[in-house]
Amino acid sequence: MHRGKGMKFVGDSRIQDRSERNTIPKDYSEYPGRTEAFWPNFLLKEWLVGAVFLIGFLCLVAAAPSPLETQADPNNSAYIPLPDWYFLFLYEQLKFEYAAGDYVIIGTVGIPGLAFGALLLAPFLDRGPGRRPSKRPIATGMMLIGVIATIWLTYESVAAVDWDERAEYSVENAVEHEVDESHPGYETFVNNCMSCHGGNLEGEPGLGPDLLDLPHTAEVLQEIAVEGIGDMPPGMFDGTDEELEQLADFIIENTSTE
Amino acid sequence: MLQKLYDWVDERLDITPIWRDIADHEVPEHVNPAHHFSAFVYCFGGLTFFVTVIQVLSGMFLTMYYVPDIENAWNSVEYLQSQVAHGQIVRGMHHWGASVVIVMIFLHTLRVFFQGAYKKPRELNWVVGVLLFFVMLGLGFTGYLLPWDNKAFFATQVGLEIAESVPVIGTDIKTLLAGDPEIVGAQTLTRFFAIHVFFLPAALFGLMALHFIMIRRQGISGPL
Repeated sequence: MHRGKGMKFVGDSRIQDRSERNTIPKDYSEYPGRTEAFWPNFLLKEWLVGAVFLIGFLCLVAAAPSPLETQADPNNSAYIPLPDWYFLFLYEQLKFEYAAGDYVIIGTVGIPGLAFGALLLAPFLDRGPGRRPSKRPIATGMMLIGVIATIWLTYESVAAVDWDERAEYSVENAVEHEVDESHPGYETFVNNCMSCHGGNLEGEPGLGPDLLDLPHTAEVLQEIAVEGIGDMPPGMFDGTDEELEQLADFIIENTSTE
Repeated sequence: MLQKLYDWVDERLDITPIWRDIADHEVPEHVNPAHHFSAFVYCFGGLTFFVTVIQVLSGMFLTMYYVPDIENAWNSVEYLQSQVAHGQIVRGMHHWGASVVIVMIFLHTLRVFFQGAYKKPRELNWVVGVLLFFVMLGLGFTGYLLPWDNKAFFATQVGLEIAESVPVIGTDIKTLLAGDPEIVGAQTLTRFFAIHVFFLPAALFGLMALHFIMIRRQGISGPL
C-alpha cells in the first residue's frame, strides 16, 4: 500500500506521479549529538512540563481572584487612572519633564517609537556575524539599558501607588447604601457634601470618608459642616441656617446601615 | 480501523508529509533540558504558546456570558464572577494569563536576543515575533476596558489621550479606536470588543502561523 511520503500529483490531472515515490526526505539532524525524536519522546516531556506549569498557574488563579472595581462612572472626577502593570513603564516615563507637557510627543511617540522600532529592526541594526553577547557589545548594551530602564520605571510606578487606597475601589469593598432622595436636606447635601462623601454617604476614596453610622448629634454635624474636622477644611457648607438644619437631619436619618 | 481510515484519506490527500512537517523531527541536544538543564530557556516560547491557547479557550468561554454594552458589560462580568459556577476561575485564567503571557514573551524575546538567534537567516522570524509582541500588547490594552469598571474606563481614557498625541493622525487614530473624537462610551466599548475578539486574534493567528512555519523551515538556531 502506497503511503504518502512526498507523493506528487501530475499537473491538474489528480493522477499520482509514481516516478519519485521513494524519495523520502532525510531526517532533520543538523546538529550532531544526542538528538531525540520530537514525537513522541520529547513531546511527552514537554507535556509534563506544561502540566506542572498549568498546576502552578491554576494555583495562582485560585489564590488570587481577578479584581473587579465598581462600575465605570465617567462623572467620577476624583479617580486616579492606573493602567495594567505592563504598561506602567510607558506611563511612568510620561512623568519626566522632557516627556510631558509641551514635550509630550517625545514621551508618547518619540521614546517608545525609537525603542520598539529598534527592537523590531534589531536584525538589520546588528548585522555582524558574531552571536555571543560579548561579540556584539553595542546591541547587548542597548538591550540591557532598555531592560533595566523598563524594570526600573515599572518599579518606580508601582512604588508610587497607594495600594491600600486602591483596594477601596474594589467591588468587594464598595459600600452598598441608599439614601432617601426625597428628604428636604438631600439637595443641600448634593450641593455641599456629595463631591467628597459620595452620593449615598459611601465616601469617595482619597477625598472623604463615608458618613455611615456616625455617632454625632445634629448640633455636632452642623458644626462640622461649617467648621470642618480633621482633614476637612472649614467653610465647606454654603447656605442658610434652615438648609443647615435640614442637612443635619438628612445625615442623621440616613446614616444608619442597619 | 483507524489505520484504514488514515490510509483512505492519505491516498487521496497525501497528508503524511504534513504530519512529517509538524511532528516528525529530531530535537537537538543543546535545546533539550534533559541533557543540559540550562536549556530550560528554550521553554519560554513554547510556554508563551501554551498560555496563548489558555487565553483563546478561556476567552471563548468568557464570551458566552459577556455582553459588550455599557449598560450590561459590568453587570455581566460581575454575574460571571459571583454567580456562575467556576466563572471566577475562567475569568481568573484569562486575567492572569494576560499577565503571564507578557512575562513569557518578554523572557522568550530576551533569550532570542542575547543568543543572537535572530541573525541571518532568521531575521524575518524575529520581525514577525516582535509584531506578535505588539499584537499581544494591543490585546492587553483593548481587553483592559471590557469589564467596564472604573479602572478600565479611566485607564482607557489615558491610553486614548496618548494615541491622540501622535502628530497629524492622532485624532484619527483616537476616532478609529473610540468611535468618537471626544466621547469614551458605548461606541468605544463595542469597538474595543471587536478589536479584542476579532481583529487582533486574526492578526495573532496569522502571525503565529508564519512564526511556526518559519521555525520548521529553518530549524532552531545552533548552540552558541
